[in-house]
Amino acid sequence: MITINDLHAKIEDKEILKGLSLEVKAGEVHAIMGPNGAGKSTLASVLAGREDYEVTAGSVSFVGEDLLELSTEERAWAGLFLAFQYPVEIPGVSNINFLRTAINETREKKDLDPISAKDFMAMVREKSALVELDAKLASRSVNEGFSGGEKKRNEIFQMAMLAPKLSILDETDSGLDIDALRIVASGVNKLKNENNATIIITHYQRLLDYIVPDFVHVLFDGKIVKTGGKELAIELEEKGYDWIKEEIAQ
Amino acid sequence: MAEVAKNNINFKSDLQVTSVNVSENEKQKALDVLQNTTLPTTRVEAWKYTRVAKLGKIDFVNEKATISDISNYVIDDTKCSFVFINGHFSKGNSSQEIPAGVTITLLSEINAPLSKSSLTIEDEVFNAMNTAHLTGGLKIDITSNALVEIPIQIIHILKGDSTISNFKTIVNAGKSSQADLIQGFFSESGESNFCNSTSEINVAENAVLRIDKIQYESEKSFHISTEQVKQDKNSNFRINTFTLNGGLVRNNLNIDVNGQNCETHLNGAYLLKNKQHVDNHSVVDHKVANCESHELYKGVIDDRSTAVFNGKVFVRPNAQKINAFQSNGNLLLSDSATINSKPELEIYADDVKCSHGSTTGQLDEEAIFYLRARGLSERSARHLMVSAFIGDVLDKITNANIKTYTRRLLNDRFGWEF
Ligand SMILES: Nc1ncnc2c1ncn2[C@@H]1O[C@H](COP(=O)(O)OP(=O)(O)O)[C@@H](O)[C@H]1O
Ligand SMILES: [Mg+2]
Repeated sequence: MITINDLHAKIEDKEILKGLSLEVKAGEVHAIMGPNGAGKSTLASVLAGREDYEVTAGSVSFVGEDLLELSTEERAWAGLFLAFQYPVEIPGVSNINFLRTAINETREKKDLDPISAKDFMAMVREKSALVELDAKLASRSVNEGFSGGEKKRNEIFQMAMLAPKLSILDETDSGLDIDALRIVASGVNKLKNENNATIIITHYQRLLDYIVPDFVHVLFDGKIVKTGGKELAIELEEKGYDWIKEEIAQ
Repeated sequence: MAEVAKNNINFKSDLQVTSVNVSENEKQKALDVLQNTTLPTTRVEAWKYTRVAKLGKIDFVNEKATISDISNYVIDDTKCSFVFINGHFSKGNSSQEIPAGVTITLLSEINAPLSKSSLTIEDEVFNAMNTAHLTGGLKIDITSNALVEIPIQIIHILKGDSTISNFKTIVNAGKSSQADLIQGFFSESGESNFCNSTSEINVAENAVLRIDKIQYESEKSFHISTEQVKQDKNSNFRINTFTLNGGLVRNNLNIDVNGQNCETHLNGAYLLKNKQHVDNHSVVDHKVANCESHELYKGVIDDRSTAVFNGKVFVRPNAQKINAFQSNGNLLLSDSATINSKPELEIYADDVKCSHGSTTGQLDEEAIFYLRARGLSERSARHLMVSAFIGDVLDKITNANIKTYTRRLLNDRFGWEF
């Protein structure tokens, strides 16, 4: 699905990613954990093509394409989805209208006809129910006046609408109460299949009780420094990151 | 005619003599003003950001012209549509099914001199020129209690190089009448053509008058409009001004609110690119108590274009319980685009609710990244953001035909698909 090899990236002359490598195969769920400032959101932004970051070395291959050569929208069309840590409020832009445009532009690239209004609305109903997002919210301005939990559910709603191959969830669980967390996790689980993959960036082991990862990686100072199974997340939750620092120092 | 006014606007000696019967007295006054007044410079406060000196370098002409297909300029398919080319009535392109309760007279067909103008002539070169050299126009009288069922459409088209049209619309909306007016200003062809338009609008007691005005001349055109509006008590006046093309455009909107319990709505959208210059000046003069006025203008300014907004609201002494709201928002799409925005309130009464505000910003790049990350092309994402910004003003258009037409123009000129 995606192969990241020795990725280096900087912003404003500050190197953040310092040789990160990671491989995710179809059907897998990977969790990335790490202390604040380690570069987790930077990795997500670089993969999504945010232009503020400069990739200085390394390569990323996504479904057989050189990801770094693609524009942000071309990455989306190829099946990459990023659930933002801080979803943007866009007053005046209707959530479902923009999604319809996004879906139709994606379909156009695949030589498919635009989705019919009827099919689209049926899909909105089905997918908003999946994350228990009020259909009224779904059609309002993007994230405007949404609570924190509603914004995160809206991210998963959009993910469901776009049916990506690879989803990167950047701290989608942060700040959610347990009910919202369950809803988001069950939404993600229902969307999971053997043809897609998920990268979950999180601080908290709690989410991983609901979305069980195949691998847990520790991102520290711009690199993946340790990889394990689900039990690594529990260990990190109990012991923090200091022991990892010591391990690296040795 | 054929005179050349010094330091002013020059006319070629073959400029056609007006066929409109302006009273000798008014005409002479206007000619005197033209003789003694130069074109305003940027030292004049009201013209601080708008240079009109270029107008003094053109030898203007006015000739009748024909256009065989005007379908591009038809905003609404109303049966009451009056088309003027270079200020002259184009009968063949017009459809004159006048709705009940309305009388429409071409100014060129009025035998008696026109009744006294409500325009200020002193120091106002363009009003003086419009009066002294009036090319044509029309007068619309709406009888008391008439509910005019179809919109009255006035289409003005410029054609030919260095063409000048001094055009006038007179509207008398009778007591308790209700009507909708559409004004469209276009340019078929020609460089350095100039439409100098004035409107004298009287909204009588309890009348409702709504105007949608679309300006879509060319980047080589000049356009100056002055609307002089008087509102009597309990009346409701609304004008939406959409400036979608034009080289240099100046709109003067002067509203005298003379009676109590009036409502006034001024909305405008201006979208500029290349080297366009669009200047909207408005004055709402609340002379009496218990009225409300709402003004919403929004601009999208790209490339090296410049926009000016100057909105003045006066609340005269004893004009208590006035609610006056004014807002101007601007979106700059390029580093070389400029906006000069100056909302002004002058309040001489104490029991009023007034607010004004002006904002200038750029497109939210974070939002654009978000939309692109969901699969919107960059172009769509930017268009969507612009359309979201300007959307609330476009929504002020209530007539669906005008809405559709406006969207078509936006698509033609800016490639919008929304
Ligand atoms: N716009 C920026 N300019 C400079 N430094 C930045 C910018 N954005 C993030 N950083 C720095 O990059 C590092 C990694 O940040 P981030 O990827 O957000 O970490 P994480 O998501 O792991 O908490 C931090 O040290 C942060 O201060
Ligand atoms: Mg982060």
